[in-house]
Amino acid sequence: MHEVDMTRCLLLSMNEWKQQHAPRVPAVDRVHLEVGTFTCVEPDQLVVTWADAVKGSWLDGAELVIESVLLVGRCVRCQATYSPDPANGFRSPCCQHPMEEIVSGRELRIRSVAYGFETATTQPTAPCFTPAC
Amino acid sequence: MHMPLEDTLGLNLLAANQQRAEHNREHFDAWNLLCLNVMSSPGAGKTSLLERSLAALSGRWAMAVLEGDMTTLLDAERLEAVGIPVVPITTGRACHLDAAMVSGGLKLLRQRLDPAALDILWVENVGNLVCPAEFAIGEHRKVALLSVTEGDDKPLKYPVMFREADCVLITKVDLLPHLPVDVERIEAHIRQVNPRCAVFRLSATSGEGFEAWHAWLDAQRQAVQTSPALLHA
Repeated sequence: MHEVDMTRCLLLSMNEWKQQHAPRVPAVDRVHLEVGTFTCVEPDQLVVTWADAVKGSWLDGAELVIESVLLVGRCVRCQATYSPDPANGFRSPCCQHPMEEIVSGRELRIRSVAYGFETATTQPTAPCFTPAC
Repeated sequence: MHMPLEDTLGLNLLAANQQRAEHNREHFDAWNLLCLNVMSSPGAGKTSLLERSLAALSGRWAMAVLEGDMTTLLDAERLEAVGIPVVPITTGRACHLDAAMVSGGLKLLRQRLDPAALDILWVENVGNLVCPAEFAIGEHRKVALLSVTEGDDKPLKYPVMFREADCVLITKVDLLPHLPVDVERIEAHIRQVNPRCAVFRLSATSGEGFEAWHAWLDAQRQAVQTSPALLHA
């Protein structure tokens, strides 16, 4: 359910980004996100929520592209990086040490926006969500 | 058709919530109070914990509660009975509190009292082991509860919550003699995903473990009084 709130925050950031280009309105092709696997975000659900939220707005038709970032830990004993496995209790396979340091996997990041400007400007409409964050 | 362009943002997806959370925390620091975000699954014992801790600590600390709940005021009414100011935040369909909701709760709290007179502000989050872990509210400390009735595997099944916590409270330990559950294994699983957090075993029914938990709480309160910046990491 919180993918709706994630989408709301994403739309707020996108609206702020749009203001940087005012008075022109960018035609957004794709929004690239980096989502770590050690987060509470389900990428497929986020894509569905996004597609629904942007309908009828200035972002209508913009594709949400999500790149998963794998969870990588670093063993504090031997400094080896590893892929923490829930089946192994997230411990380092080398020393069986608990997951102390996380190198990657906690990302929730808007990496980039691919866009352009149409020759004929269109009147933007408000996004579906009201700013609530 | 248009000329393809690309902007690199590198922006936190939750930047809007994060900014509001930082704003909340500026208020908490200006008021010199310790804000705790209390999280768990439904029924783990958050309200029972607060009832006992509020009653025990009310002579030592001035406290208030922001009480998050999806639909009812039942928990807020339980805590009001302790004699502590409580502001209910009804989230409707939202399964967690976010920084804006807490900001709204603070506005209501300010209509009732001067927050600068408080020492500790408790925020009881909505019962959920998933979503609250990702939404900062401006808290100084995150406290997660896990009851022994939930089984020993929950820290591994919901690792983000237990990874994010500064303190994990294993609750309802008075039920251990009646359950086929190994509390040592629960604690070991917590330590596997978060070796640095404080862990206490409690029973709100018998009072077991509350002395150590309150000592930890006192230390956090003293820390925010001495140097709030230290708690911002």
